[in-house]
Amino acid sequence: MSNAGRIVKSLFLLELCKGLMVTFRHLLFVRKITLQYPEEKAPISPRFRGLHALRRYPNGEERCIACKLCEVVCPALAITIESEQRADGSRRTTRYDIDLTKCIFCGYCEESCPVDSIVETHIYEYHGEQRGDLYMTKEKLLAVGDKYEAQIAAARSQDARYR
Amino acid sequence: MGQWLVETYQSWQPLSGIITHILMITLPLFVCVAYLTYVERKVIGYMQVRLGPTRVGWHGLLQPFADMFKLMFKEIIVPSGANKILFLLAPVIALAAAVAAWAVIPFDATMVLSNLNAGLLYVLAITSVGVYGVIIAGWSSNSKYALLGAMRSSAQIVAYEIAMGFALVGVLLAAGSMNLGEIVTAQSGKQGFINWFWLPLLPLFVIYFISGVAETNRAPFDVAEGESEIVAGFHVEYSGMAFAVFFLAEYANMILISALAAVMFLGGWLSPVQGWVSDTTLATPYLGWLLAGGMHWFILKICFFLFCFLWFRATFPRYRYDQIMRLGWKVFIPITIIWIVVVGGLVLGKVGPWWNHAA
Repeated sequence: MSNAGRIVKSLFLLELCKGLMVTFRHLLFVRKITLQYPEEKAPISPRFRGLHALRRYPNGEERCIACKLCEVVCPALAITIESEQRADGSRRTTRYDIDLTKCIFCGYCEESCPVDSIVETHIYEYHGEQRGDLYMTKEKLLAVGDKYEAQIAAARSQDARYR
Repeated sequence: MGQWLVETYQSWQPLSGIITHILMITLPLFVCVAYLTYVERKVIGYMQVRLGPTRVGWHGLLQPFADMFKLMFKEIIVPSGANKILFLLAPVIALAAAVAAWAVIPFDATMVLSNLNAGLLYVLAITSVGVYGVIIAGWSSNSKYALLGAMRSSAQIVAYEIAMGFALVGVLLAAGSMNLGEIVTAQSGKQGFINWFWLPLLPLFVIYFISGVAETNRAPFDVAEGESEIVAGFHVEYSGMAFAVFFLAEYANMILISALAAVMFLGGWLSPVQGWVSDTTLATPYLGWLLAGGMHWFILKICFFLFCFLWFRATFPRYRYDQIMRLGWKVFIPITIIWIVVVGGLVLGKVGPWWNHAA
């Protein structure tokens, strides 16, 4: 554009008016996307990675076979496992801890698990009030798994086609 | 004894009247400031496709009070090495300047606290005092960021004050008076809003308002407190009520600039349909009051300018410091000087409908 044209354009603030029109359109005519959080919640994918849980088989036997793949794959070193041989000869964990303050919720533990034992649920609203509240022990993880088994199973079956 | 009491009361009566008037101006002003912060958050939120405050009260309408109580109960921390007296005096100076200028603003044909003949000069003088608040705050904080912010802010305000002053000279020429009330009456006529000064003084009007945005250190001229560059500028070290007073001053200044723009370029309290509506329409009960000139038009015009302040903030990215200086010194000042000459010619030539009321 010629120099004179540029000067006229900047003197009459044409570009600035264009910008103003954009924001004015947004003020009145664009739908607002704010979610009013506790009342409205964003939809969650079946692959959502929230609070961890340990699952059981329908007969009540815990799935975990203490293969320690999750412990190995965990990039944040948040998982600690100790195991021993049970009276019936099977290998089981005596300790299965996840430190949620270290966990980065990458989902590798769930991916590596050969028996679908350690899973990440859809729970994302939890908190700890004391030191240690976010240190999940085996008992706590199993309790979460027992409580939300229906939801966990539903999410797995929804995603099964793609796994 | 009784006689003495009566005499004292009578001699104090004018003073109490003045104090009542001052309160009648400042108290609504502070309420407006409080709700201006709410409106700002709402408008900018909507422009950014958000909702803004919604939680405190119906549609977040009690938000300003929540903010106010929060700030009131926070501690005012005086930094070590700061000059305590100046540190606490600075926000007071800033606020005093912003509020004192309201003394000469005419709300109506008769409603003005002080009908000063040199009103325009008074406004210029008092608003300039506000810079001292900023400079003193920046210096007394004993902080690099605060000092940098104060330096930027003072340089910017000085630069834009010149352009603003020249714009006011144009108004002065056009109205032939420095009394703000007379400036408004000079804009009355039979041509509705065409009679106002915004049309013949259009460049001055635009420059005045842009300079006003720069004077108040609002976006896009907010290098003085550019939070991404120098934390918060001159008021980094302030907290609690001292910070709130700076905030109050900034918003009071915005309202003041809007009010002045309305008085000088958009005919103050005059109705935009002046001279177009017949006297019989003006005599009808409610419609007549609405269409006749009055304070409601003045408030409406102020609201328009305030909306522009918020609109600019939501739209434009911050100017670089050298761009601000270039705009002020190399663009605004030459244009205003040229336009003052043009206005002089228009006034001499009695160009209607502004200066030739017969036309």
